[in-house]
Amino acid sequence: MSNCVLTPALKKTAVVVSAEDVWKSYDDETIQVLNGVDFEARAGQTVALCGPSGCGKSTLLHLLGGLDHPTRGRVTVNGKPVGDGQGSLHLLRHEVGFVFQLHNLIADLTLEENCLIPTVAAGTSRSVALERLRQLTERTGLTHRLKHRIQKLSGGERQRTALCRALMNRPRILLADEPTGSLDERTSRQIFDLLLELVATEGITLIMATHDHGLAQKCDRLVEMRDGRICESSLT
Amino acid sequence: MIFLKLILTNLGRHRIRTLISVAGIAFSVAAMLTVVTILQGAVGMFSGLLSADSQILVFERNVSDLFFSSVPDAAVKDIQGWSMVQHANPVLFGVVSSLDHPIITCFGVTPEDARIHDAAWLAGTRSEFGTGANQVVLGERAAEFLNAKVGSKVSIGHGVFSVIGIIRTKNGFEDGGVFMPLRSAQNFFHKEGTSSVLTVKLKSRNDQAAFKSQVKQRYPALIALQDQEFDRSYSQFRILKATAWAVGACGLLLGGLGVANTMIMSVFTRIREIAILRVNGFSNGQIAAMIFGESGVVSLIGTVAGLLIGAAAIVALKLIPALHGYVDADIQPLVVVAVVFLACLTGIAGGLYPAFYAMRIRAVEALRFE
Ligand SMILES: Nc1ncnc2c1ncn2[C@@H]1O[C@H](COP(=O)(O)OP(=O)(O)O)[C@@H](O)[C@H]1O
Ligand SMILES: [Mg+2]
Repeated sequence: MSNCVLTPALKKTAVVVSAEDVWKSYDDETIQVLNGVDFEARAGQTVALCGPSGCGKSTLLHLLGGLDHPTRGRVTVNGKPVGDGQGSLHLLRHEVGFVFQLHNLIADLTLEENCLIPTVAAGTSRSVALERLRQLTERTGLTHRLKHRIQKLSGGERQRTALCRALMNRPRILLADEPTGSLDERTSRQIFDLLLELVATEGITLIMATHDHGLAQKCDRLVEMRDGRICESSLT
Repeated sequence: MIFLKLILTNLGRHRIRTLISVAGIAFSVAAMLTVVTILQGAVGMFSGLLSADSQILVFERNVSDLFFSSVPDAAVKDIQGWSMVQHANPVLFGVVSSLDHPIITCFGVTPEDARIHDAAWLAGTRSEFGTGANQVVLGERAAEFLNAKVGSKVSIGHGVFSVIGIIRTKNGFEDGGVFMPLRSAQNFFHKEGTSSVLTVKLKSRNDQAAFKSQVKQRYPALIALQDQEFDRSYSQFRILKATAWAVGACGLLLGGLGVANTMIMSVFTRIREIAILRVNGFSNGQIAAMIFGESGVVSLIGTVAGLLIGAAAIVALKLIPALHGYVDADIQPLVVVAVVFLACLTGIAGGLYPAFYAMRIRAVEALRFE
């Protein structure tokens, strides 16, 4: 892994994620959530999506990762449009990783078992998967916890496990939805620094929803959303 | 590995629930195995008994039960004289009871009959059969449960008989039976001048069609059937077989509903987990495989347990003295295969709706609510 901190925000690297005039509504257009979002992220960038609760940050992340589909508009990842079925399966297996506010781990499986789930889905060989897991747990300081059940882990350890799981299949894009939102402030900083370090060393594009401006300041770019629109985008 | 772990972990989370649905499958498999096996044994014995050294059975047309069939002596005499007939033996069936045994099958036969003729005589001699009044020969098991020896008096129905012989036959049904000379049986059952059936052996198998049409022509009230035809068409067998499979199928249906219920609960209480798997790249197929895996494990354990319980039940039934001669059944591999197949089908069917439901869980919606 080359330690390539190239301040990608300043370099014009390739666009890896884009949303063009994306609209999303629920219940036959009675609930308008996204109202024409234009957004893009370049390879290796870290982007913070800020905005008040309910402004559509999570919804946008879901659309970018292929978990949901826009009512109107186009989402592309690595140049390919995000569609239904097989396309979004490949997306979830190989191109994007998700981290949520809640760790969303399976509580009665061990750390190792939880992290192997995406590799089972993708059909990765067990030895390759275990080697990748060893690497990730070393970097996140979880090696001694591998065989422990999630129930036995602290909040910070759980979120670090979720981070490992998201990166198991070496995605090029990490979509994080308030990843430290359920942690105390100190742990939150620690986890966030770890997350930044990991995406930097692997050259991963990070798109993170947050309403913590302190964290947002540490990203390359800050995108403000309000009422389902992007109202401001700036380099930090 | 992880796949199996996911399946087993979930089954382990709700042990009682899992156990109940395993038990549901197990009991229905056991019931089906037992009922069908015993029935097959009984049908096999009964038809074996009819076909002792014969190929064709002549009895009254349109009777539902051979006990109600009557073939007149005149017809018997006539048919015995036909040139194509090697031998034709009349048999009168009756049911008698003794003190502790409400149902004992009684066979009224002639000394030439293969049942008497080919049996191993454990006591007494064949030449005495039919020589005196109020005499019976007992099947080996009947002698055992009536506690009788040659020379003892046994009271059967409204009469008292002396035992002149004890025979061992190949047929468990017969072993539990009482044999009387045809004439005594006719008197005893007030069926003078008739028999229930006539078992016929022809000189040549080629004459079967001719024989049947001749019976039809001369005795419109009678019917002649080959053994296999008889097994297929005898309404009692048909009713019994249909009942056995219907009972089994109902059992499995209930078992299947149990599995379906378990699996539906299992999916409903795990919507979030399934959503997580989806976000981590599980396909519809993989999710369905997990659900079917779960119902499969339940059915598999249930089936194995059911086969063991069923086999034990059959052994236990054989040990009950009152049922001697009636439960003489070995578990047929084909029946096991059929039962296992039906149980597997049940497992799959039980997982069908839950899998369908699980495949439709949308990650975004499931992960949103907490
Ligand atoms: N399935 C849904 N049906 C109806 N409304 C929804 C649904 N999902 C999200 N919403 C609404 O969309 C809006 C934006 O939600 P979200 O993207 O989660 O905002 P944020 O993450 O910025 O807090 C909210 O008002 C929410 O109630
Ligand atoms: Mg949100």
